[in-house]
Amino acid sequence: MGRNAHTCHCAKESICRAIIAKTDGLLLLNNKYIKKEVRLASSGVQQIMSKVLMIAPEKCIGCRTCELICSFNRMEEFNPKQAAVTVLAYDEAAISVPIMCMQCEDPSCMKVCPVGAIARDENNAVIIEDQRCIGCKMCISACPLGNITFSSKEKKLIKCDLCGGNPQCAELCPSGAIQYKEATPANLNKKMKIGEKFKDLFGEVYE
Amino acid sequence: MLGYTGTLLRVNLTDNTIKKEPLNLEDAKNYIGARGLGTRYFMKEVDPKVEPFSPDNKLIFMTGPLTGTLATSSGRYEVIAKAPLTGTIGASNSGGHFGPELKYAGYDGIIFEGKSEKPVYLYINDDEVELRDAAHLWGKNVFETTDMLIEEAGEDAKVACIGPGGEKLVLFATVMNDRHRAAGRSGLGAVMGSKNLKAIVVKGSKSVEVAKPKEFLEICKKSRDMLKNHPVTGEGLPTYGTQILVNILNQSGGLPTRNWRDGGVFEYADETSGETLTEKYLVRNKGCFGCNIGCGRVTRIAEGKFKSFGEGPEYEAGWAFGADCGVRNLEAISKANFICNELGIDPITMGATIACAMEMYEKGILTSKELGRDLPFGDDEGIVEFTRMTGLREGFGDIMAMGSYRMAEHYGHPELSMTVKKQEMPAYDGRCLQGMGLEYATSNRGACHVRGYLTSPEILGIPEKLDPFVTDEKASWLKTFQDLTAVVDSAGICLFTTFGIGLPEISEMLRTATGIDLTDEEILQAGERIWNLEKLFNLEAGFTKADDKLPDRLLKEPMPSGPAKGLVTQLDTMLKEYYQIRGWDEEGVPTDEKLKILAIE
Repeated sequence: MGRNAHTCHCAKESICRAIIAKTDGLLLLNNKYIKKEVRLASSGVQQIMSKVLMIAPEKCIGCRTCELICSFNRMEEFNPKQAAVTVLAYDEAAISVPIMCMQCEDPSCMKVCPVGAIARDENNAVIIEDQRCIGCKMCISACPLGNITFSSKEKKLIKCDLCGGNPQCAELCPSGAIQYKEATPANLNKKMKIGEKFKDLFGEVYE
Repeated sequence: MLGYTGTLLRVNLTDNTIKKEPLNLEDAKNYIGARGLGTRYFMKEVDPKVEPFSPDNKLIFMTGPLTGTLATSSGRYEVIAKAPLTGTIGASNSGGHFGPELKYAGYDGIIFEGKSEKPVYLYINDDEVELRDAAHLWGKNVFETTDMLIEEAGEDAKVACIGPGGEKLVLFATVMNDRHRAAGRSGLGAVMGSKNLKAIVVKGSKSVEVAKPKEFLEICKKSRDMLKNHPVTGEGLPTYGTQILVNILNQSGGLPTRNWRDGGVFEYADETSGETLTEKYLVRNKGCFGCNIGCGRVTRIAEGKFKSFGEGPEYEAGWAFGADCGVRNLEAISKANFICNELGIDPITMGATIACAMEMYEKGILTSKELGRDLPFGDDEGIVEFTRMTGLREGFGDIMAMGSYRMAEHYGHPELSMTVKKQEMPAYDGRCLQGMGLEYATSNRGACHVRGYLTSPEILGIPEKLDPFVTDEKASWLKTFQDLTAVVDSAGICLFTTFGIGLPEISEMLRTATGIDLTDEEILQAGERIWNLEKLFNLEAGFTKADDKLPDRLLKEPMPSGPAKGLVTQLDTMLKEYYQIRGWDEEGVPTDEKLKILAIE
């Protein structure tokens, strides 16, 4: 893709181009990031931006408030093991990593679902439609990140649905380790820096 | 009644039996949970005259109705037993993740009875509960024990355990959970050690439910916002941790220096402060379960002879090894604190005991021959070495393991021990902070700052500023603070939340969690009931008015320097008023009328 290519179908091609130019090719800003068009109810103006969940493990204090509110939001009970978000604590390394569904643009879970119960909603969340779901759990196997689990209590799958566009984990996170932000160039740059850190930490090294 | 799980575990270590029993809901209503409810169970079942290390002493772990919920800083649980250091009721609480996990396994608490023949640990995985052999863990430190048990039980297991300090009955041994969190004061880890109980491992997958979910969520969110927007809980504690108090107390003239001999100003305070810790050694903040304050410090000393990595030091620990020992080297202070966590001993009593030994050494009461080395004030290697030796009861550490009172008394100089009811006073000089002086004298578990933290109004001006030097109204403030603290500890949330939220928020969280419809006043009265119950235990254990006192140094040696120069703690005036306000007689005994009002049998 050329650095000034405009491949998305948004209404504001000029803005898109401006963003791509401004970031000087650092961002592969393509239609996968901005295919959702957010309508501002008041003005009717269409925006190209889309909010995404961003995690910053270096900010995480390991309090697991996200697990609490997540389980409570789903079932009105507090139960971290029934949450769609998990904080993995590595005490020996003094770091905690919150992990939840990142709403893949090309979701394996959606592809593997034999009954088409997994769809994308208006908030760009990949959701499981309970009425259609037969509970085969193939999506658990298909998710490359391990972010779908099964509640034996409720007999249904647990997956982040972005709380209908207002993710409570991000709202209550005290340290900014989980944020729900516009995918603006500035924010995405931040995201890339975090990504680089992960690459350095966990990436394979080829000599 | 929700908030509670409704089930207790009763574990008899002598005959290896484990029973599940329903929670006494009437007691839960009257004594809330954790500290209050645990003490209620303890007093119903144990003779106050019991020897702390006798199998007849029981050891209770108890959570509160808010533990494990979205309530502010809801990671707390309480450990209760008769305390070996003080001989008073021992109630010590801790944060981290252990308490909530116990509730997720389906239990409000555990009552340990008797004594095991050999080292064991208790394994809990929801309904599966068993005592397991702990021979391979005995002698291991807190971190090794925790790692080994997580290896055995799985990554999601939470561990509370003792280190060598508890095994070897160091009188101020701690119960440690999640590696760095401590039920720290008055030696409950040694009670655990006396029962040959090395650890509790818990895994839970059940839910904690609340009575009014919608209302509960609302008050929790409101309370969290209040903490986030408060300068102490939203800015001071997250940025600098509790060590932020070093410079504040020093400037106020209330930072006890060199075994409280040199007044309330330490000339090197800034080198040991939270600002210095943050600048030089902080790796990142850490929060306990459900906490949006995050005062915990992960710190690293990257190189040198004190090279280490861990959590802390907190203000009181930093003071004990720092100003109290005249040590200005924050690396040594941190290292000594890490060793306390590793070996499972209380850094406040440890540091203060070394400070006492330093003064005894200076006065020639202790010699380098007895100590095995020199121990002058300011000896940074000394604090590290004697902490290690005490946790392992090696050399002179065997004497220090009894705490400063017994050590100083052993050499004929109990007046050099800065203790009340044989427990070391923490980092606020009662000559400068008159109210804190009264708090030490009246605390039900010996000298303690977290039973009625009058530092908050006297120094920080929360909820309003009081003049620390005067005694006026301190008794009445202290009563309210002590009663409210009893509520907070019993609810299962962290005392630090009370910087930003108050009785109305805490009461509303309790009401909406449990469905018990008590007014704010009735809930505060439950705190008073708990306080009086603890007092009754101590009276029955043999304590009298004569024990509600302070070391002579605070009463007779005027503060030698600093803003509070010339002051002593005017205890008599305040104590008389305090007994009156509490509705106790002149000897400090709750009157029948008071007990009737509080409905204590």
